Amino acid sequence: MSAQPFVSLKGVTKRFGDLEVLRRVDLEVKEHNVVCLIGASGSGKSTLLRCINLLERVEEGEIVVDGQLVTNGKVDVNALRRKIGIVFQAYNLFPHMTVLQNVSLGPRKVRGLDRQQTRATAMELLVRIGLEDKADEYPDRLSGGQQQRVAIARALAMNPKVLLLDEITSALDPQLVSEVLNLVRSLTEVGMTMIIATHEMSFAREVSDKVCFLDAGVICEQGPPDQIFSNPTEPRTREFLKRIIEAGRL
Amino acid sequence: MHRVLHAFADPFAFRQALPDIWSGFLINVHMMVIAEALVLVLALLMAIVRGLPGRGAKPFRGLAILYTDFFRGTPLTIVAFACILGLPGLGYSVVKNASSEALGVVALTIVYTAYVTEVYRAGIESVHGSQRMAARSLGLSYMQAMRYVVLPQAIRRVIPPLLNDFIGLQKDTAIIGAIGVTEAAAQGTNFANSYFNFTGYLVGAVFFVYLTIPLARYTDHIIRERERRERAAMV
Repeated sequence: MSAQPFVSLKGVTKRFGDLEVLRRVDLEVKEHNVVCLIGASGSGKSTLLRCINLLERVEEGEIVVDGQLVTNGKVDVNALRRKIGIVFQAYNLFPHMTVLQNVSLGPRKVRGLDRQQTRATAMELLVRIGLEDKADEYPDRLSGGQQQRVAIARALAMNPKVLLLDEITSALDPQLVSEVLNLVRSLTEVGMTMIIATHEMSFAREVSDKVCFLDAGVICEQGPPDQIFSNPTEPRTREFLKRIIEAGRL
Repeated sequence: MHRVLHAFADPFAFRQALPDIWSGFLINVHMMVIAEALVLVLALLMAIVRGLPGRGAKPFRGLAILYTDFFRGTPLTIVAFACILGLPGLGYSVVKNASSEALGVVALTIVYTAYVTEVYRAGIESVHGSQRMAARSLGLSYMQAMRYVVLPQAIRRVIPPLLNDFIGLQKDTAIIGAIGVTEAAAQGTNFANSYFNFTGYLVGAVFFVYLTIPLARYTDHIIRERERRERAAMV
């Protein structure tokens, strides 16, 4: 494991108009580590992820990915995004393409691989997520859980060095959550670097190397999962976890 | 009543007018096909230019807006007169020897490109931003995201309004007939001048209706199909 963090944020501030959605956020993610972002909706988890792959521009602060400063406005955005996979809450599959085409689009058009090569790799990925028999189906024929697995495969097809997961189970029926979480779990086992915004507390506790609790755009507390979940020091973290436990979610 | 029927729908005159009107109508079809092909491509380009992001593209966006605003508001008759009577006078060899029919196609293309640009634009804007975001986050460039993700969805959605505009274009080819192209409507006038009978217009009308009905039904069919699919997707 390299000593350098793979992703690091220093003093990152993001505003939408007058609203500060992120305030001087510091975060380091080492290679092969899994970092979970927890916190109420609107606390800035999604925005933080979107700043890392420059879907959102930050107003202040620095973000470094893989040794490269990405917030100076000079970086090749498309090249950067090849290294950073992202999966969204609403899957955002391309509805006019089959499952196989969804997974192949990036490799074909961005990495410039030929049709046969991409087809073979895409099929391998579909086998891995257990959906090889759905290769020629359109997304609207798939369940939410299946669609989200395809979205993960689509991100993986680019061979990203880090994967950002933005509340990927929040839109799913409860019985479909586990198939998606199992897939993510299998990625932790192969050492994928991941930053995960999630409301699945047990899952976060199980897979994370580090957990960050966000409140009103600030990382209020961060540390190993056991410390955050069993022994939080910040009153706001305690209050949040108390409500989670009362709701039976932990 | 008898007099009206005799003047506008005389069976004998109908048969008599048929060959000339038909040959005129082929010119309508010819103009329509070429104009539609040009409009489909030019309007798409115009819609893409109108949507270009960034400060550098601002002058291009402005020109595209100016174009659509101007030609959507100008009657086709004025544009047609200007093209057919005005362009040859410029003395450029391209337009000096151009036929009235070709110049008519130019007029139709100019005006309908403005309409269809707006149709495409509505389609592009109807594709949810999350689609573009998903495409861009794979590393696709703006134009790649447009080409592979946004446009295929946008175009599918605007096929019904596109076909509707094309029905309008088909009919408007008759306006070119008033300015020196002997298409179906002008042939109807010729017939009326020779035989003092207006049944030739009915013949022309029948041809036009025959051409638009399949398009209209096809449009209905596409809309129904989509509704069916969208209902299925919601289950």
